[in-house]
Amino acid sequence: MAEKLLEVTDLHVQFATEDGVVRAVDGVSFALERGKVLGIVGESGSGKSVTAMTLLGLTRGVNAKFEGAIEYKGEDLLKMSEAELRRFRGNELAMIFQDPMTSLNPVYRIGAQITEAIRTHEDVSKQTARNRAVQLLRQVGIPEPEERVDDYPHQFSGGMRQRAMIAMALSNNPDVLIADEPTTALDVTIQAQIIELIDKLKDDFNSSVILITHDLGVVADIADDIAVMYAGRIVEYGTKRQLFYDPQHPYTWGLLGSIPRLDKEKPEKLASIAGAPPSLINLPQGCKFRPRCPHAFAKCTEHPPLENRVGDSPPHLDRCWLTVEEKRSLRDLTIRGEAAA
Amino acid sequence: MLVFVVRRVIGMVLVLIAVSFIVFLIFVVVPGGDPAQRIAGRTATEQNIENIRHDWGFDQPFYVQYYDLMKKAFTNGLVSQTNQTSVDTQIWQGIPATFSLAVGAAVIWLLFGVLVGVFSAITAGRLSDRMITLLALIGISMPVFWLGLLSRYFLAEKNAWFPDGEYVAFTVNPAQWLFHLILPWFVLAVLFIGFYGRVLRGNILDTINEDYVRTARAKGIDPRRVMLKHVLRNSLIPIVTLFGLDFAAVLGGGAILTETVFDLHGVGQYAAQSISNFDLPPIIGVTLFGAFFIVFFSAVVDFLYAFLDPRIRPT
Repeated sequence: MAEKLLEVTDLHVQFATEDGVVRAVDGVSFALERGKVLGIVGESGSGKSVTAMTLLGLTRGVNAKFEGAIEYKGEDLLKMSEAELRRFRGNELAMIFQDPMTSLNPVYRIGAQITEAIRTHEDVSKQTARNRAVQLLRQVGIPEPEERVDDYPHQFSGGMRQRAMIAMALSNNPDVLIADEPTTALDVTIQAQIIELIDKLKDDFNSSVILITHDLGVVADIADDIAVMYAGRIVEYGTKRQLFYDPQHPYTWGLLGSIPRLDKEKPEKLASIAGAPPSLINLPQGCKFRPRCPHAFAKCTEHPPLENRVGDSPPHLDRCWLTVEEKRSLRDLTIRGEAAA
Repeated sequence: MLVFVVRRVIGMVLVLIAVSFIVFLIFVVVPGGDPAQRIAGRTATEQNIENIRHDWGFDQPFYVQYYDLMKKAFTNGLVSQTNQTSVDTQIWQGIPATFSLAVGAAVIWLLFGVLVGVFSAITAGRLSDRMITLLALIGISMPVFWLGLLSRYFLAEKNAWFPDGEYVAFTVNPAQWLFHLILPWFVLAVLFIGFYGRVLRGNILDTINEDYVRTARAKGIDPRRVMLKHVLRNSLIPIVTLFGLDFAAVLGGGAILTETVFDLHGVGQYAAQSISNFDLPPIIGVTLFGAFFIVFFSAVVDFLYAFLDPRIRPT
């Protein structure tokens, strides 16, 4: 059994707003082992980014309320003071953000921003930190890093900036790298490069990765485990194999169905999941996906627990009242978009 | 770099010519009576006035008059129509007071403006922020002549804590120089403090939500350093524009009200007197003087901008 680095137990995050309480994360649990990649997949507003930022304490504020536990190497990050948590941030847990165009400070040189990250957590000279920055830029595939280290962010392309962000995140050799939609803002050709880079570097740096995305195609390559989130909860959780070959939740089917495929006949129009995610202020009763689910039935007004209904090992959890047999007979039709409710 | 400087200098000259010409036109168009008659005085004969008109060139076409005026302006030959004193000398005499007022007030308003802006942004939404907002709005809305007169009345006349107006040269008595300028400095700075504080507060609150500030926090940097290095550094860039132009205006004699209320005999007060006397040569003189600082400092601001924001630096 590999070392369990991070264990999130029943995490709740609520924000008080003028319109009411937003239940952004509503009872999320998962675990991350060393060297593994966990993919968290979901639409915008499913709570995946809030979950990720909460791991680093970046969602803390007067209007935020937290419950549950985030145990990292036996210490609860959620209970830590801001000052204690700061020792972990960017050091043992580091984060890459969605938009590399705006995530770097425009007025400082790339090198300065990387050395700032290094010198925040380690008492090294400017020269040492700078040498390390050059080395990091080389590792993330920036050509001529000795010169480019003195460039400003606007002199880098989008893909290069994301590489620089990755270099910055890895600068203190973190155990956990959280990548929040790292490829969403990039060209498709660059996306694959960045994902490959993350996959390679996690081995070089012996880190674990939490990869957050709305695109199942992105996690298909590198994730070991996948959690599918909907309306602040995990609706399905399992290994990549379980999720792609035996998906149990209708929402996962919808996500799989909406991946455009080149190996199939061209459809009339691109498939999508009808409707929009619910407001996190007024959640529907019972199963949160019920209003959009083509297979909803009476029982769905009751809240479905996250259980290993398939009985697989390692556990393959889902939140759907349909029987496993029903699911297996319905899902291919649903994924192909032929299901009638 | 050289191209930048040359282009700015040509632009400056064109702006100055345009400004002087517009002022001249306004003066010619506005009904203000015959300048020759004013120079000649009340008891002048028709012949006297005719002579003066000819001597001063008021019988020439307006473009010839403009040309003469500009030639004099650039050869230190401008002479007041009211008292025949050299405009050049008058402006030179006003400069120490005006510059002293401008520099001191600018230091005060920049310092307090930044403090007010940062403090109210950090405590945004709380009581202290609301109190500061209220005070800032009062400061912005308070007319300088009113505040100036009140402070002079209460702090200099009723209670003789401060000297009652006038300017003492630094070279004559540095302590008295400082003492005489404290009230005018603060009175002039109040409006700017309120204004800069409000602008900076808004800038900071915008910048705090930038992605790169989140990146900085995610690095585990101390919040004070995030505020100074990442938030404030970027929020201050627009303040530089404001400050450059405001400072230039005051330096160029723009603090007319403050100078007049405190009787500092600066360039601004000279401008006010010339305008009330309908005296064209000094008006052209102080306008060119003021306009020079505005165009010069806007060039300096552009230059500083390139220094502060690498994105607009020419490569």
